Parts: sequence; C-alpha cells; structure tokens
Amino acid sequence: MAAERARIANNEATEPSSKVVRFGADMPLKLDSGKVLSPFQIAYQTYGELNSARSNAVLICHALTGDQHVASNNPVTGKPGWWEVLIGPGKVIDTNRFFVICSNVIGGCLGSTGPATINPQTGKPWGLDMPIVTIGDMVRAQVMLVDHLGIDRLFSVIGGSMGGMQVLQWASAYPERVHTALPIATGARHSSQNIAFHEVGRQAVMADPDWRGGRYIEAGTRPEKGLAVARMAAHITYLSEAALHRKFGRNLQDRAALTFGFDADFQIESYLRHQGMSFVDRFDANSYLYMTRAMDYFDLAADHGGRLADAFRGTSTRFCLVSFTSDWLFPTEESRSIVHALNAAGASVSFVEIETDRGHDAFLLDEPELFSAIDGFLRSAARARGLEELA
Amino acid sequence: MSVNSNGPRIDLQLIADFIAPRARVLDVGCGDGELLAYLEQDKQVDGRGVEISQRGVNECVARGLSAIQGDADTDLVFYPDKGFDYVILSQTLQATRNPREVLEQLLRIGERAIVSFPNFGYWRVRLSLLFRGRMPVTRDLPYSWYDTPNIHFCTIRDFVALCEEVGATVESAMALDREGHSIGVSMPWWFWNLFGQQAVFVLKR
Repeated sequence: MAAERARIANNEATEPSSKVVRFGADMPLKLDSGKVLSPFQIAYQTYGELNSARSNAVLICHALTGDQHVASNNPVTGKPGWWEVLIGPGKVIDTNRFFVICSNVIGGCLGSTGPATINPQTGKPWGLDMPIVTIGDMVRAQVMLVDHLGIDRLFSVIGGSMGGMQVLQWASAYPERVHTALPIATGARHSSQNIAFHEVGRQAVMADPDWRGGRYIEAGTRPEKGLAVARMAAHITYLSEAALHRKFGRNLQDRAALTFGFDADFQIESYLRHQGMSFVDRFDANSYLYMTRAMDYFDLAADHGGRLADAFRGTSTRFCLVSFTSDWLFPTEESRSIVHALNAAGASVSFVEIETDRGHDAFLLDEPELFSAIDGFLRSAARARGLEELA
Repeated sequence: MSVNSNGPRIDLQLIADFIAPRARVLDVGCGDGELLAYLEQDKQVDGRGVEISQRGVNECVARGLSAIQGDADTDLVFYPDKGFDYVILSQTLQATRNPREVLEQLLRIGERAIVSFPNFGYWRVRLSLLFRGRMPVTRDLPYSWYDTPNIHFCTIRDFVALCEEVGATVESAMALDREGHSIGVSMPWWFWNLFGQQAVFVLKR
C-alpha cells in the first residue's frame, strides 16, 4: 500500500493526472537566484467555469505540503481535496459562481517542475540540480499559468501559510491583476523561530542514509525516517498546546500502564508517528527541502528597502487578513504588522482574528467565523467592482 | 443594533448628515459597523472601520465592511496624513487613555474629524452628584464607577477648551437631547453644556 502510493506519487511528479501546461525553451522561468528554469511545467486543477467577461477567476495558493487538488480527490492518497470545506458547489467559494484555479507550486512534487520531476536534459530526476526557488518564483510561474488561461485580472487570490505568502507576493508584485487578496495565517517574512524549525526538518531528512545526497530515486531508496521526523516536528508547530492537551492529554495508547521502554506509550506519540509515516508516502523528501527554503527566504519588506508599506504603495487591491488566536507559527502580530503597513499605504484592509485553540492548522478546518468573514468580504468586493452576479 | 426600517440611531443619522457623498471615511470605534453600513448604503462612501472588540470586527467583515481590530490609543499612528476626508470618533473619546493624543491623530489623518461624546455637564449628571453624592448611573451611562470603560469624561465646555488647545477649528457643533434630537442651534455654550446629553463636533485643522 505504502509502496504503491510512493509509485503513484513518483509518476505524478512528471506525468500528473491533473491538467498540466508545459512551457518550452521560448518561455523560460527566470528565478530570483539568477538562474533560469527551462523547459518547465505547471500542474493545475480548475473548478467551475470561466465567465465570458473572464472576471470570476479565483486563484488558490497552497501551503508547504499542499497541492493543486484543492477541491477534488488527491490522486495519491485518494482523500478529498485539502480545502473542500471551503471550496465547491454551494460552498463559500462557490464553484457555481467562481472559476477556481489551483496550481502545484514550482519545486513541488505533484506535477509542477520540482526535484522529483524528470529533467528532460538528463532523463533523470532533477534532485538537487533543481535551482532553489522562492515565493517570488512560485508566483512568477503562476502568472504564466494565468496568462496561459487568458485571464488578465484575478477576482481573488487566496491562501494560508505559505499560500498566504504567495498571496502577499501577488498583491505586491502584480497589484493591477489582483482585485482582492486573502492572506490567511501568514506573515510578510519567516521568523527566526520558523526558520529554526525548518532547519531541524531539513537536517533530519539529510541525516537519513537513504537520502543518498538527494539521489535516492535513482538509488531506489527513500529517506522515510528522516522525512517522517521532519514532519513530526513540523506537525507540532501546526497545533497548539491547548489542542494537544484537549485531544491527547497524557492518555496512554492501547495499554493500561507505562511499559518502561521507548515504544509509543502515549497517544500523542502514536499520533505523531502516524502523521510522519503517512506523510512520507505522499511527499517527496527533496521537495520538502525546497519548499521550506522558499518560505525561509521570504521577506517582503527586505525586498522593498525594509519598509513593508512600500511593498503595497498605491495599491487598489482590497485585502482581508485572517489570523487565529492559538497560532504560534504565524501569530496574530505577524498579520497585524501587515495590516499596519497596508494602513500606511492607504490600502483597503480588513483584519479578522479568530478565537480557536486549533493552532495554525485552523485555517484548513471547519471554522464558521473564517467562512463568514471570507463570504462577506468576497461578496462586498464583488459589489464594489459591479459584479453583482458574484455577490 | 442594526440598520432597521426606521434608519439608524438618530445620533448616527446626524453624523451622516455632515458627510459628503463618496467621501473617504474612517470610523474609529465602529462597533458592529452600523454607521459604516449606513454611510456606504446612503452616501456611497469608501468606508473603513477600526474597532477594539474582535467580535465587532468579525461582524463588520461578515457584513462586507472593511474593518480591522485596533485601539484608538495606539493604532492611529499607522495611518498616513490626510488619508481620509472624514475620521469619525463616535462615543469613544471618553474611553480612550489619552484623548488629547487621539484627537491630534484624528486631525492629522482626516481632512475633518467628527467627534461625538456624552456630556458630563448634562443636568441629570450634575443632579446625581449634587443630591445623591454618587457617580451618575443613567440610561446612557449605565456603568458603575468601578467597571466603566469610560475613563475620561468631559463636558462640552471641556471639549471646546481642548479643541482650542490643539488648534482645531470648530466647523460645526450641536448638542443633542436624550432622544438624540438637536437642541437650540443658536443657544450659548452654557445652555448646551447643561441640557445637551451628548454633543457632536466637526473639527478641522
């Protein structure tokens, strides 16, 4: 079962079952590192219909380990799309009204060019030959996709966590193409603590002997243990102490007493091990290195002379930021500093902080207050733009 | 509180009357957005709200208003000079820690500031102190002294003095009775100070 999933995931990295657009040598992707990625491909999904005015497109940006399958079954796990609570027919982001686009980011592992994709020049997976990509590169690739789809202006760009970083990058670099921006549970830069957690994850992957200097696919091995440990450490940061206590406390796992050993005595240990092991079946270890690095490098203010407000100067994009009280990965203060910068830039901005003990992961869960905020924001933005049919 | 068929609260209606159509408006202490919703509907303003209670902000955003959680005492500094045509501070001045600084910020951010506040010189307030010797608890000031959010009460005359201190010009002013109706437009300050239950000022600097 696990091997079968890994086999499917490997295929998806080059021949995705979703839609895919391949850009040839005439359309290279220029990267922030100064390197050029060419040829390259973007795997994506769409839901709903683009209207004749091409005014109802919503771009969803996925988080660190997300993918393009936002509102349909994941081909590797068979599980529902990662944001189906929010997106679909009759849902808050109603695919009867909106044309929803979600692409796998550059550097990802489900069909957009990434380290597990076959490099056409060598016939082998890119591995660490893949240049480092940034949030800016991911967005530049998405711009090419949106151009390919013939869309000038997106009604909305929406995403949480790393997806929220892409939203901010979109709004900053392409303000005239973004009518509304919804960055959720995110920050304008990755904090030192967040970089630290990512470094722990990367070191765990690279310390696994099966990583083979990044050439594990050709070697026929997989750095499962290292990647699982990385996921376990990261997963803790997506939750909160209160939620962990509420769900697991100090409860024992299928046993009446401590075993005086290093087996998973506690439910929380068993839960984390399960999270780690199920992750390695669906995610490429090298891709995890690239994704975490892209987040670490993100610092929107630094790109604008240290003044975040300058990243949004003169924007007409309408913003709605959302944070969660128990999110310690991207605490409310991160969102608030973006709000202050947007205020200083004279932008239209709403900011909703939602009370929950579910931590960073709350943005992926059924949070009624999140949904009513998104719904109210999008409808009023549609009215403001004279798109009554979307309101 | 919501915009019902009878329109908004009378004091909010009075504030709205000062505002030109399609103006840029910042409502500081916007609550659940009643005034902003009315202004957007009736005057097609480009409205923004700041509200200290997160519940109020979330309600504003859910009803399609642009609002952020923020504190008048600390968060107004982030707004650019003259970024708005009107900055409204409705029934909030008395709850700020530093009313003078807040007023300065309003005058900096807005071409005009509209400030409404309860008048502590109102005769019922005076009577309560004079005869009962107790801090007044009235319909409009329902809190006891120990749990009130209103920490900086002033009278109309006090407020006029503050306006002079900060160099604000009073463009327009009115005192309202208990029902929110404007009283005696041409009455002297002392009359307003005694019979005005609240006051609305339009200031410019």
